Amino acid sequence: MKGIIASPGVAIGKAFVLKHNEIIIDDTPLTTAEECAAEEAIFRKAVEDTEAQLNEIIEITEERLSAKEADVFRAHLMMLADPMLEETVMDKINNGKMKAAKAIKEATAEIAEMLGSLDDEYMRERAADIKDVGSRVLENATGNARVSLATLRDQVVVFANDLTPSDTATMDMNYVKGFVTEIGGRTSHTSIIARIMGLPAIVGTGDILQHVKQDDMVILDSVDGDIIINPTDEQLKVANEKLEKFLEHKRQLDLVKNLPAETKDGHRVEVVGNIASPNDVKGAMDNGAEGVGLFRTEFLFMNRPTLPTEDEQYEAYKAVAEGAQGHQVVIRTLDIGGDKAAECIQFPAEMNPFLGWRAVRMYFDRLDIIKPQLRAILRASVYGKLCVMYPMIISADEIYQMKAIMDECKAELDAEGIAYDKDLKVGTMVETPAAAINADKLAKIVDFFSIGTNDLTQYVLAVDRGNEMIADLYQPLHPAVIRAIKMIIDASHKEGKWTGVCGELAGDEKGAALLLGLGLDEFSMSGGSIPTIKNLIRKADHAHVKAVVDECLEMFTAKEVNERLDALLKEIYEG
Amino acid sequence: MTEKVFVVKNETGLHARPASLFVQKAAKFKSVIKLKRDGKEANAKSIISVLSLGASKGSEVTVCADGVDEVEAVDALVELLDNLEE
Repeated sequence: MKGIIASPGVAIGKAFVLKHNEIIIDDTPLTTAEECAAEEAIFRKAVEDTEAQLNEIIEITEERLSAKEADVFRAHLMMLADPMLEETVMDKINNGKMKAAKAIKEATAEIAEMLGSLDDEYMRERAADIKDVGSRVLENATGNARVSLATLRDQVVVFANDLTPSDTATMDMNYVKGFVTEIGGRTSHTSIIARIMGLPAIVGTGDILQHVKQDDMVILDSVDGDIIINPTDEQLKVANEKLEKFLEHKRQLDLVKNLPAETKDGHRVEVVGNIASPNDVKGAMDNGAEGVGLFRTEFLFMNRPTLPTEDEQYEAYKAVAEGAQGHQVVIRTLDIGGDKAAECIQFPAEMNPFLGWRAVRMYFDRLDIIKPQLRAILRASVYGKLCVMYPMIISADEIYQMKAIMDECKAELDAEGIAYDKDLKVGTMVETPAAAINADKLAKIVDFFSIGTNDLTQYVLAVDRGNEMIADLYQPLHPAVIRAIKMIIDASHKEGKWTGVCGELAGDEKGAALLLGLGLDEFSMSGGSIPTIKNLIRKADHAHVKAVVDECLEMFTAKEVNERLDALLKEIYEG
Repeated sequence: MTEKVFVVKNETGLHARPASLFVQKAAKFKSVIKLKRDGKEANAKSIISVLSLGASKGSEVTVCADGVDEVEAVDALVELLDNLEE
C-alpha cells in the first residue's frame, strides 16, 4: 500500500497495530437488584484497572521524559477519582437500570458536555480528559483493554489511524522501528516526531488498518513510499538490500554533513536548524547545522497556567545562544493564537483563527507578553549571536510599532545598567501575501527576511493546510507560491539584505533545489534533513540549477514544476 | 454544620491549579463539604463539580461543611483560598 513519505528509511519487522476496538454497547435494561450489584462491581473493577494503567503510564513517562509530561495523565487520574463520575455512573446503573458500559458512556459524555460547554480553553481540555478517561474505563469494563505503547517490549513497526502527542510521548522509541498512519501529511505530529527521531514513517495510507494484523511481518519502505504486508522471501531480500543501501547512503551523508554548503561552482549558502527548545540545539549542530534559522518559542508558553517569567525565558535563550557555538540564532517571538492555543493566555473563540488574533497581532494588546520576551532576548544577546524576528507581519506599521516597543525595552535595560547586543538584528517572517507583495518596502526597514513557506502556501493559495478534503490543492510548488518566493528573495537582495526559508520546503530535496535556484541565502530545517540537503547542494551546479528554476518560473502548473524538479534532482545526483 | 463566606481574590479564580489544590485539600476531611455560589452548589471533593461553578475572581462563595471535622475543614479551606498565589 502507498502513502506519503513523512521520514525516509526502511524498516522490516513485526506490526504493532494500535487500534481502538469499536465497543458495542448493550442497551438491555437491568431488572433485578443482583444485576445492578454485578454491574456496579464491573464498574469498580474497570476503575481499578484504569488507575493501575494510568499509574504505569505516569511512571514510564516520568522516567523517559519528565515529570511535567506526566501531568496530563495525573489530570486523568484526578478525573477518574472524582466522586461526581462515580455518583453519576451509580445513579445510571441503579436508577437508570443501565448496564455498566452504557452508564459509563453516558456519564462521561454528560460530564464532558457540561465542561465543554463552558466557554473556556481550560475547561475544554478537562472535557477532553474526561472523555479520554471515560473511554479507557469503558474499554476496561468491556474487556477491550487498550494496548499500551508504553509497554512495548519488542521492536515493532507501529500502525495507527493517527498518533496523538500522548501516544508518542509514552512510546519507548528503543522498540519503535517506524510509523505508519492512516491519516496525516508531512506536517502532522507523527511526521515531525518521526523526523526528529530519525525513524522511517509513512502517513496518509488510507484504510491500512483493515489490512494489517497484529504481529504481521511488514516492510515499511519510506524511500519509495510503499508498505508490504506479509512479504514474500523475494520481497524481503529486496527490502534488506534497500535497507543496506539506505544505511550506506546515511554513512555517506555523515561524511559531508560538517562540510560547507557550497555548490560545485562555488556558490555558498547557509544550512541551519529549526528548533523548538534549547534541548534541540545539540541535535541540530551534530547534524551539521551552521546555526539556528528558527527557534520557535511557543514551547515556553505551552502547558502551563501562567506566563513564563522574563528570567525563565532569558535562561532558555541564553542556553540556545551558547549552544550554537558562535553561530547565528534567529529567535521568533511567540507565534500563537487561534489554532495553537496556550492555557496561560486567554483566546477568544474565532470564526477564522488563521486570519485572527494571533502572533504579532496580539502583542499590541498584550505588552505583558511581548515586552518580557524582548527583554529576555536582549539580555541573552550578550552570550552569542542572536537575531529576532516577528511572525505574521502584514505591514510596515507593525514593524514600526515593534521597533517602538524594542526601543522601550532597550531604554529600560540601559536605565537598569544591563548589557545587551546594541547591534541585535531584527527581521520579519514573510508568510502573508501582504508581506510578499510589499517585500520591496519591508526590505528597507528590516535586516532580513525568513519565509515561512507552510503558511505562505496556505495564505497565497487560500487553502487550509489541515483540511484533508482539499489536500491536493495545497501545492508548495504552485507557480504563484514560487513566484512570490522569488519576489521576496529579489526584494531583499536589492537592499543588500538576506532571506532564509524556515518552512518545510527548505528541508525537502525538490524544494531546496528550487530555493537554491531562486537565490536563497539561508536554508533552515529540522536537524535530520540537514545532511541530505547539504549533500544535495554540494553535488549541484548553481548555474545549471538557476537555469532550470528560471524555466520553472515560466511554467503554468505545479505538476510541470514538480516534474522538472524531479528531473533536476536526477541530473544533480547522477551528475 | 459550619459555614463561611469568602470572596475569590486570586487572578485565575477557582480554576485550573487553584481548583485542584482546593479539591485535594477538601478530600482530606471526613465531613461532607459543599461550595455554594449564586444558588449553585458543588461537591468540594469533586474537581468537575468545583470547576463547573465557574467561580472567577471577585465571586462570593460559601464553603459549608457537615461532619466530625467540619470546623477544621472550613478553616483550612478558607485559609487555602486566602493564600492562593498565581
